[in-house]
Amino acid sequence: MEPLKIADRLKERFADEVLEAKEFRGQVSVTIKKNKLLEICNYLHDDQDLLFDYLVDVCGVDYLGKKDKRFQVVYHLYSMRHRHALRLKAEVSENDAVIDSVMPVWVGADWHEREAFDMFGIVFRGHHDLRRVLMPEDWEGYPLRKDYPLKGPEKEWRGFLEVLEKGQKFREFQWEE
Amino acid sequence: MGLITTNTTPSVVETEEIPKIVSPNIIVSSFDLLINWARRSSLWPMTFGLACCAIEMMAVYASHNDLDRMGIIPRGSPRQSDFMFVAGTVTKKMAEIVRRVYDQMPEPRYVISVGSCACSGGIFNTYSTVQGCDRFLPVDVYIPGCPPRPEAFIDGIIKLQDKIKHEQFRWSRWR
Repeated sequence: MEPLKIADRLKERFADEVLEAKEFRGQVSVTIKKNKLLEICNYLHDDQDLLFDYLVDVCGVDYLGKKDKRFQVVYHLYSMRHRHALRLKAEVSENDAVIDSVMPVWVGADWHEREAFDMFGIVFRGHHDLRRVLMPEDWEGYPLRKDYPLKGPEKEWRGFLEVLEKGQKFREFQWEE
Repeated sequence: MGLITTNTTPSVVETEEIPKIVSPNIIVSSFDLLINWARRSSLWPMTFGLACCAIEMMAVYASHNDLDRMGIIPRGSPRQSDFMFVAGTVTKKMAEIVRRVYDQMPEPRYVISVGSCACSGGIFNTYSTVQGCDRFLPVDVYIPGCPPRPEAFIDGIIKLQDKIKHEQFRWSRWR
């Protein structure tokens, strides 16, 4: 099915939820509200004409100062049967940075959602194991947010301070240079 | 090997008490020369590949450049190695593991820091990257490059061998 037709079907069925459908260079993005995300995903996954059985990627975007709702969670979908693709964007505000996890629909969303949580601090409701995946577990702040300082916070991370301390302490066991 | 004297025929050496006959094919040398020669001729590296420099490191080990001819055989265990390649970007999360591997190596041990990232942090002056692995390791040789050419690797190893060659009295902690 043509991606624009899929967008039209979504608009028909979830008229209140779909904010915008846009085509750019043959790729179609559908922007939606986050409330009925699971319902929409279930529909896309189960409908026999659509059958989006493969979740390619989940990622977060920070639109600090550019949009009213600061974050977006982007889902790239693909259908193995019909060989068509669709991009789904769900808007998330800063004050309420919570969105449903799509793990009930696609199990593969597990680590992608953990990464979006790690980098942007977006909480995925219903995720079974929402821990940081790249940064150390006791890291403070979310590094890919636009207002995060490039060189990190003033206070050095505890784990690295321990390594520096160890490097100093073990000098006494070192043979002379 | 820096020999001092080699006798090819039996010779008589006058000492204070009696003249001694020294048998042929004896090499008179110092411990320093002998030990340093043995050490630098068989350097076994701990291969700590962290990023793209590790790919270049593999290329140096492979047949085209062939580090085996210099007595360099990569080891998978810090307990069998003489020096460590820190090849690639050292993140703060990884720093602890790099340090732990280094601490497990037996003395004498050396560190070669490979690539811009390991030497100085390189282009990654960010929240997650250690600005040079010399912040927590004593580095002997720096090899710059992004990544360094195999020739640069070999040059760095020769520099380390040269350093070992000129060491004095580094036999044990309790000499």
